[in-house]
This record gives sequence, structure tokens and C-alpha cells, in this order.
Amino acid sequence: MPQSITLGQLAHARSGDKGNHANIGVVAYDRAGFDRLAAELTAQRVAEFFALLVPSRVERFELPKLWALNFVLYDVLAGGASQSLRIDTQGKLLGTAILEMELEGS
Amino acid sequence: MTLRIANAAGFLGDSIDAPLRMVEAARVDYLTLEYLAELTLSIMAAQRTHDPLAGYARDFIDVLESLLPPLKAQPQWKLVTNAGGLHPRGCAVAAGRILSKAGLGDVPIGVVRGDDLLDQIDALQQSGCELAHLDTGKPLSSLAAHVTSANAYLGAAPIVEALAKGARIVLTGRVADASLTVGPAVHEFGWAWDEWQRLAAASVAGHVIECGAQATGGYSTDWRTHRLRDIGYPIAELEADGATIITKPRGTGGAVNRRTVVEQLVYEIGDPAHYLTPDVDVDFTTVEVAELADDRVAIRGAAGRPAPPDYKVSLSYADGFSASGQLLVYGRDCTVKAQAAAEIVFQRLMSAGYEFAQRNIELLGAGDGIPGLTAAPADLREVMLRITVRDPRREAVERFAKELAPLITSGPAGLAGYAQGRPTIRPVYSYWPTLVPKHLVEPYVELYTATQWASQTA
Repeated sequence: MPQSITLGQLAHARSGDKGNHANIGVVAYDRAGFDRLAAELTAQRVAEFFALLVPSRVERFELPKLWALNFVLYDVLAGGASQSLRIDTQGKLLGTAILEMELEGS
Repeated sequence: MTLRIANAAGFLGDSIDAPLRMVEAARVDYLTLEYLAELTLSIMAAQRTHDPLAGYARDFIDVLESLLPPLKAQPQWKLVTNAGGLHPRGCAVAAGRILSKAGLGDVPIGVVRGDDLLDQIDALQQSGCELAHLDTGKPLSSLAAHVTSANAYLGAAPIVEALAKGARIVLTGRVADASLTVGPAVHEFGWAWDEWQRLAAASVAGHVIECGAQATGGYSTDWRTHRLRDIGYPIAELEADGATIITKPRGTGGAVNRRTVVEQLVYEIGDPAHYLTPDVDVDFTTVEVAELADDRVAIRGAAGRPAPPDYKVSLSYADGFSASGQLLVYGRDCTVKAQAAAEIVFQRLMSAGYEFAQRNIELLGAGDGIPGLTAAPADLREVMLRITVRDPRREAVERFAKELAPLITSGPAGLAGYAQGRPTIRPVYSYWPTLVPKHLVEPYVELYTATQWASQTA
């Protein structure tokens, strides 16, 4: 019976804003972790995880030499730094939040 | 020759002690200070409407004052900063006064200008430049609102020009953050503007250090393992071929390792194969990092392609007003009570004739930090109620700001936090990112001594 683990056991992350879009850089702790994330952590998975923020789309980019994936979540910041009425106008929390995502264990 | 470029400010509001601590703790060739986030210039535009001498990073003047002793004692290092904001001349006058009073009147200050396109918007549109919004594609002519600032992200070339003319201090308005590092590198190494790989390497170095302590363990997932109270700010050591080592002053807190550097490499980027600056189109996907020793990380392999033909331009326009207030709500029924208190506020406002274009009610502590992601725990005893409104009418937002305090005596029991006073009314500026062909923008440099700047009117 595989035990489920959180993304935070495999990776660290940082998020930020560009206008109304957010990016989340997810960086694996090692090469094996990156290979696993490259297979499992799809743009769709991330879009589903943050579904309540209603991204218009999520794009994934790979940086295998840095063991990193970069996700761009479009239109998730309720107007962004200038207009958003949320406490986190810039999506600073998204990087910390994504590390709670549960992955199938191995 | 190894060129040591430090950065000791990552945004307007960053530590005002960090620049002095940097030059006291490490020998650097260039100290860079980065102050301008996407929206900082629109805030400066608002300041300037009240005070024609304002519009630059006032913090920088305090920082410069703190730097007077090392500026005198260590004549080798130079200062490059975008503290000029919307009013680099005003910044230069203020800086010139401080320097000449301290006996540093001979220091040459170069001011980079030409990024401010506000007066050219009509002419640009008439010449066929639509200034279309980068995301929506709509032309600027479709925007009814009044544009309050318009600044091109200039590249490193005018910084190089200022240094070549002998500037010890270079003050810019809007330039690409990475260009604050590329400028000194091009000046010192004599790189040509088509040495794309080298320009790319320096741009990567600039990107890593531009947010200050975010490269050295600040805002790190691994925060527990770093001593943050006296965190050292980053230094990029560049070689003439672009080879880069990221480090920090000895004995300071924080850390420079693979994790801290890569977290910053992926910060606020889009397509990593095309990190665009006015100087070069950088490919981050070819970048490799290697830990060489404690707090020393090598970065290599960045590929560069020819620079884009346009400057990115950020326009901002006034877009109403907002205000936000918070109250702590306590008790077993805190979430229900917080929601009820917020509804009471809006019902009273409606009775007074006010509805708002936008409103937001957040129960902080109950899962609203990222709306809907985590549920509130069942046994929650206290929650921070945060109410925010936005509306085109200033007086409506002012009326909202007066409606929280009455809850002291006429709301539910178990509310606290009124000592903050009424919420502040904040003008909202929206952001219109666009492009302008480079040939329509003319960067230039003004260079005078501190004494000469001090005698000018801003």
C-alpha cells in the first residue's frame, strides 16, 4: 500500500507576480525528485490544486539542469498588486501552499 | 580581474542598514540598489502631484547619508541605483547636497534619463504606435482613464555611458533590474553589445542579486536553517568571460547554496527559455549551478540571443480608491460572528446610500490567505476579519473607513483591534504593460559633480 507524501518532501518553492499572473518555481531537492515531479506534477495537476483561484490557464516550463519546474498561472491574482483586494495581492503564498500538495507515495 | 557587484536593496522599503553593512563587511567594486517594483513609479507619480520635488526613492537619501564615511574612506567603489524613480534629477539634486555638505562635492553623479515617456504618449500614438496592452492586445486609445506614468525599461547602455564619462554614482529611473549589474560589467570588461553569451551571464547574475536577501536565504523555504537576523546581502563575482560566483559577506547570516540561488533564479520568471531584458534574450534552461564552498555558488551556461527590438514600457493610470480594515474576532463562534460583523458594516453603508464597485471579506486564520485552499479548523477560537473595498468614488471609500469603529459599541461582543484608527484611503493605480520600438526612445546621460547638482533646481 503506497503511502502518500507531500510535494514539500521532494521540493522547495518560491512564487511571485507579473501583473495579474503568478509564477511558482518548484525546485526538487535532487535529480530523482525532479524526474518524479516532471512526470507527476503536470500543469493540469497545478491548475486543479488552485482551481478556486480560477486560472484562465496554467503553463509549465522545465529547467532540468536546475531540477526545477516553473508554473505560470494566468489571471489568478484578482487584479494583481495594484487592484487585488486580497491580503496576498502578489501571490507570495502560492509557493508555500503548493508544497502541501499530496502525491502518490512510493 | 574579478568584478564584485553587490546588491543591498531589493525594493523600496528594504532594509536601510543593508547598504552600509555591505560595504563595511566586504570589498566591492559596485554597490547596486534596486528600488522599483512594477507599481512603484505610479506611487511616486501620486507623491509628485502633491510635491513637485518628490518622485524618487527618499529612502535612498537616508542610505546615502549612511554611506558617506565609506564613500570617503574607500574611493574605489561605485554606486549604481534606480533610486531616481520618476524624478532622477530631483534625486541627484538631493544627493548632491548631501555629498557636497560632507566634503564630497567633487563626486561625479551621472543621471540616466529618457525612460519617462509620459509627455510623448500622444506623439507615439500619432506616429502609429498603438501602445497595445501586452496581455489583452487592446490599444491604449481604448483606455478612458488618464495615464499617470509611462516609463520604458531602459537597458545597460546609458549606465555604461555614465560610467564611461566618469560617474562614481549613477542614478537612473526605470531600467531593467538586471541592467544595474550588466552596466558595470560591460563598462569594466569592455564587452560588445552583441556578445550575447556574456551579456546573458551578467543578466543572470543581475537577476539573482536584484531582490537582495532573497538570494541569500531570505524568503527561503528552508528558513529554519538560516540565521536571518543579520542576513548578508548578495555579491556577484564576475569574470571577463561571464563566469559568475554568487556569495555574501563573511560572517553574516543567511546562506548561499544551490537551494537559495535556484529559488531566486526561478523567481518572477515566465518562459525560462526567453528571459527578456533590453540587453539580451536569456535562456535560463541552459544554466547550471554548482556549490564550490560554503556560501559560494557558481552559475554558468546561460545562453544569450539577440536583444528584443522593443523596450517594455509600463504605464499606470488612476483607477479609483481602496481601503482595508481589520478587526480581531474572538470566541467559539468567531467565524460566524466575523461574517455577521462584516455584513452589519455593509448593511449600514447601504442604508447610508453606499454600495461599492468591489468588496472583499476575508477571515484570516480561517483559510482565506489563499481563498478556498484550506478549510478552517473546527475548534477555531479567534480569527482576523479583514474587510476591503474599492470604488471609483473617493468619498464612498472614505465613508467605508468610518464604518468599522462603530462596531465597538454597536457590534457583537468579542471584537478588538480598534486602536489602529480608521483605515487609510489608498489611490489605486492600474498597470498597462506595453512595448515601444527602441528607435522611438532616446536614453541619455547628464553628468555633473555633486556640487553642481546641488546648485541646480530639481
